[in-house]
Amino acid sequence: MELRKNLAISDTGFVFDAATGESFSLNPIGLEILNYLKNGLKDEEIRQKVLDKYDVDESTFDLVYFDFIRTLQHFDLFEKS
Amino acid sequence: MKLPFERPLIKKIEAGIPSKFGMKPTLKPIDNIDGVPVSDLIEKYGSPLYVLSEQTIRETYREAKQAFETRYPKVQFAWSYKTNYLNAVCKIFHQEGSWAEVVSGMEYDKALQNGVKGSQIIFNGPSKSREDLVKAIDNDSLIHIDHFDELFLVLELAQTSAKKPKVAIRVNMDTGIYPKWDRFGFNYENGEAWEALNRIMLSGKLELVGLHTHIGTYIMTPDAYRVAATKLADLAYNVERKFKHNVRYIDMGGGFASKNTLKGAYHTGIDTSPTFEEYAEAISGALISSNLNPDQLPVLILETGRALIDDAGYILGTVIANKRLSDGRRSLIVDVGVNLLFTSFWYEHEIYPAKGETQFTEDTTIYGPLCMNIDVIRAAIDFPVLKQGDQFVIKRVGAYNTTQWMQFIHNRPAIVLIDENGESHIVREHETLDTLLENERLPEHLK
Ligand SMILES: Cc1ncc(COP(=O)(O)O)c(C=O)c1O
Repeated sequence: MELRKNLAISDTGFVFDAATGESFSLNPIGLEILNYLKNGLKDEEIRQKVLDKYDVDESTFDLVYFDFIRTLQHFDLFEKS
Repeated sequence: MKLPFERPLIKKIEAGIPSKFGMKPTLKPIDNIDGVPVSDLIEKYGSPLYVLSEQTIRETYREAKQAFETRYPKVQFAWSYKTNYLNAVCKIFHQEGSWAEVVSGMEYDKALQNGVKGSQIIFNGPSKSREDLVKAIDNDSLIHIDHFDELFLVLELAQTSAKKPKVAIRVNMDTGIYPKWDRFGFNYENGEAWEALNRIMLSGKLELVGLHTHIGTYIMTPDAYRVAATKLADLAYNVERKFKHNVRYIDMGGGFASKNTLKGAYHTGIDTSPTFEEYAEAISGALISSNLNPDQLPVLILETGRALIDDAGYILGTVIANKRLSDGRRSLIVDVGVNLLFTSFWYEHEIYPAKGETQFTEDTTIYGPLCMNIDVIRAAIDFPVLKQGDQFVIKRVGAYNTTQWMQFIHNRPAIVLIDENGESHIVREHETLDTLLENERLPEHLK
């Protein structure tokens, strides 16, 4: 899954969708993951990075990551495959 | 050392809503009730759990009492049992000086068991049985007559009773508010109330002690009470003139709004509900400026319910699951449902996480644990994203919830009172399967 090209991501946690004019706000970790996705990292790589850096167990991460991705899908932020 | 983890979140910025982090007020968690940590309470007594604050009950009562006593010479509160008839709660109000206001034989017996003198029990309601009335007459209780059939029954009982029944009538009236409650009592405008008073006085068999009205509940306009008090004073004055008889009291019923927010209201109850002072000003102003003889002013009785107890009650609960609905909305499933929070049908209850200050919230629907569609605690609340096992606190649930709760699908949880020293006491045990089975009987052929 690839993040849409026309998303402008600010480093303070805002995303502007030039295609729809909608904007979004993220918490710091949401921003970090969104940037990984933008840079083309695979789910498994993102997972490893977060697990290394943060105090979280695998199953908790999987659960919230899955939910986060579903939210991005819901907001239509991925390229249509 | 690893960094603390927070779940990743993204939220759409809606037009008109402050769009920067930090611009929105932080949702402060409620992590304790009167100094006792929420997590300790849940660990000790389980989740969900009702918690009552004795300190808040007493403070609220004293505040209300002072508002009235500084404006009117004779004031008497009578605790509305139906609002919360846990013995512990009733006893606190009785200790503070409240009489009892009951509307059924069951509540009447409860008040007697709580040590209330018969003469300090107000018996309201449309459904008193003959046995209830006999008992009330015998105990010198204050019988508030609701309709003519009841008046005739009391007259009949008076024939054979050794005691003269002490009665008042309940009056319904137009106070300028909607809905107009005309289901209970005798109507003022069409002369029915005056007719009932005449029948009582002319019978010679009953002692007319008071006049009562209960104009509705959650009344946002103190002026409605001014109108109501004026009309009752008017009736009292007419009785005084025609029969040379002074009623002992005027009972203004309940109905003061609590600080909860009604569903669909634009402003919160904290901002809009009148204060006790405002109600007191309206009522005492009307009585004092009425035609009533200032040397013989009646006692002002108040049967305030929800406004005295809502703030003292909390429900503590736990998140069961986090779920995204098909339209993308977030939903939380929690262990507190409408079975325990009847008032969620009327109020947008305030809900707070038990820990973790956060500015990041999402539009969330909060569901209870029942298998039914109407089990919604909040249809839409801007709420932090809690995870399974996280605890939360629902505020202002002291009124009507532990009397109107349902034993449905789940056992009802324990109720705990935190006393003024911060000690917690179970005031009602958690129900068990045995509670449920206690009154069940199995016919022989099904055993
Ligand atoms: C006769 C009477 N008195 C007092 C009350 C208490 O009302 P509230 O809780 O609105 O103050 C009620 C509530 O229904 C009532 O019917």
